[in-house]
Amino acid sequence: MSKLDLLGLKGVPREEITKILDGAAEMKKILMSGKKKISLLEGKSVFLMFYEPSTRTSSSFDEAAKILGANTINLAVSSSSVKKGETLIDTAMTLDHMQADVIVIRHSVSGAPKLIAQNTKASVINAGDGLHEHPTQSLLDMFTMREKWGTFEGKKIAIIGDIKHSRVARSNIWGLTAMGANVTICAPATLMPIGVEDLPVTVAKTKEEAAKNADAIMGLRLQLERQDKGMFPSIAEYFKYYGIEKSIIDLAHKDVIVMHPGPVNRGAEIDTDSTDGLNSVITQQVTNGVAVRMSVLAYLTGKLDEFLTPNANKRKVVPL
Amino acid sequence: MKILLKNGNIVFGDKVEKGDLVLENGRIAFAGGTYSGESDKSYDVSGKMVLPGLIDMHTHLRDPGLEYKEDIISGSRSAVAGGFTSIACMPNTRPSLDNPALVAYVKYKSKECGLCKVLPIGAVTKGQKGETLAELRLMSDQGAVAFSDDGSPVATAHMLRLALEYTKDFDGLIISHCEDVSLTDGGYVNEGKNASLAGLKGITRASEDVGTARDLIVAKTMDARIHIAHVSTSGAVDLIRFFKKQGVKVTAETCPQYLFATDKEILDFNTFAKINPPLREESDNQALIEGIKDGTIDVLATDHAPHHIDDKRVDFSQAAFGSIGLESAVGLNTRLIEKGVVDWTGLAKLMSTNPARILKLKETGEIKTGYVADITVIDPDIEYVFDAKKTFSKARNSLFDGWKLKGKAIMTIVDGQVVYNNSKITPFGRE
Repeated sequence: MSKLDLLGLKGVPREEITKILDGAAEMKKILMSGKKKISLLEGKSVFLMFYEPSTRTSSSFDEAAKILGANTINLAVSSSSVKKGETLIDTAMTLDHMQADVIVIRHSVSGAPKLIAQNTKASVINAGDGLHEHPTQSLLDMFTMREKWGTFEGKKIAIIGDIKHSRVARSNIWGLTAMGANVTICAPATLMPIGVEDLPVTVAKTKEEAAKNADAIMGLRLQLERQDKGMFPSIAEYFKYYGIEKSIIDLAHKDVIVMHPGPVNRGAEIDTDSTDGLNSVITQQVTNGVAVRMSVLAYLTGKLDEFLTPNANKRKVVPL
Repeated sequence: MKILLKNGNIVFGDKVEKGDLVLENGRIAFAGGTYSGESDKSYDVSGKMVLPGLIDMHTHLRDPGLEYKEDIISGSRSAVAGGFTSIACMPNTRPSLDNPALVAYVKYKSKECGLCKVLPIGAVTKGQKGETLAELRLMSDQGAVAFSDDGSPVATAHMLRLALEYTKDFDGLIISHCEDVSLTDGGYVNEGKNASLAGLKGITRASEDVGTARDLIVAKTMDARIHIAHVSTSGAVDLIRFFKKQGVKVTAETCPQYLFATDKEILDFNTFAKINPPLREESDNQALIEGIKDGTIDVLATDHAPHHIDDKRVDFSQAAFGSIGLESAVGLNTRLIEKGVVDWTGLAKLMSTNPARILKLKETGEIKTGYVADITVIDPDIEYVFDAKKTFSKARNSLFDGWKLKGKAIMTIVDGQVVYNNSKITPFGRE
């Protein structure tokens, strides 16, 4: 059997996404139970390689793997192997020889997870690569939406902010449109990707146009140093034209959900009232992230079916 | 030694004619018609195209300093296997080829090698740093055929002006890598929808266009000769066309990668597709083809850029720029004939006659009695899948690995000596 990797959501069919989301729904029950540890991935090794600083994604993967009973190993890659001049392929081969089952990688360069995947027998999960994709973030976003709506058909999702540099936006564009949703994006021209007309999205000129009748409004993290590079003149100006605030939430559907991949720059891409308001699901996204990652880990290691079919091999999946 | 090539399709400057070619004492002794005299060696080349020896104006040999990627010997082997009788090598070596001693070194080593002619291109500025002019005239006297800070543009317009002004005294040629590095801004693929999809940092076409405009304006003001290297954008083609019409002494080259490949190649994060300037789009391919048709583009070069696999098997941002190209050039460029863009005489102009003229190589670049006996024989009907592992280069980083090609050099003759014949390399023609 050839190994499974999750490198992005572009081209991933609806059925596969549905399966992972279905799995996440069951995984969430474990996560929310009082005794959150099962034996599904017992004996498996999950290596976490974060070449970029990350707290929430790495700990989310770590928790997910541990709940499933796997051994997790955090590699301090950004401070050791790179300094030693070791290449990504060298590192991948080293982990292969350590019998890694899953490698979770975040890297500042697009395509780095693919390079690892091509040179290792382990399943590789892209935990964010450069400006390319961040598939588990998108899956958790979709899971959070599905919990609210049950379906994606005909739903309008407005993604507002720095689309150009956002791997979250890219994965969401591919994932949501595969599931039948309509995606509208809005960004200043300097933060809009070239060739946007070829993406399966609607481009809104203003945040008001994007938010109008939206079922979900998603903010994106803004790298504040982009201002130093002249991509926008000031935080104040950016917030006025692209910030998520009550005035645009009022234009959306009454029960619109407000989302953000975090961490939030309050007052830059979203204000405090919207971050903490009734429509916000930002904290639920974090919880759901663990459940989705549990599902992804189980799926890639070929264990999800075993988990979702309670009668078959039931004895293998036990609370620990 | 008298060599007879029997019954080939001889590509002259203005026609293709079936007939015999006789090479004697390093010169063309008889061309066209039927030869009935004696010969030391005779080859039947019926059905094959007999061209003036191909000249690549843009090769990287990495020697001295980076011989683990390529050296003068391996590069020369690759060149003759690709049908090239002369190659001009760029100065971005370690150290830079910026002084007469290194020019002499390249000439000496290539002569010892006994394959193709290696024509050194000296650096414009010392260390290619853009700060002070290199010893341009001394290098010229030692055999440098042109000057370039290739790999980067000449750092400032002022330095370019000085170089153009200074080299006019001895009719030197500046070859310009056109790029505005402030617009490149650390990018490494073409800025466009495919860069967006892959999430790779793009280089706007404006970088090349602005660089081209700068260099052409300076060349026009100085009334000096300039050659624009590896043109890749439609904008640069338009600029060169415009300035040529103004009477500016500009010539230009492009390479097969900019004619037949697009930035779609980056979608799979294939680092062999990371080249500089980057692979562009279909519309740019088309503009370059139009440029070839109307004479805006004078030369087809290769920009053969060998790298060790370790320099390529890394993440996209760290990967070195470049693809090898000497042995795939013929198989790719003959597509221009298939597409009706040029005929065989046109191809010979682009790959031999014009480079010889631009580099001021005497009695070379055409099949004429008395001219230097540099000859390339091409079998236009061979179809094959290009396999980079089977090339003579030390490097394997070919963008075209696995491509289906048609047309191949089967014999390369330098100074009347067969140095490559039917996949076999023979230095000094010692068959």
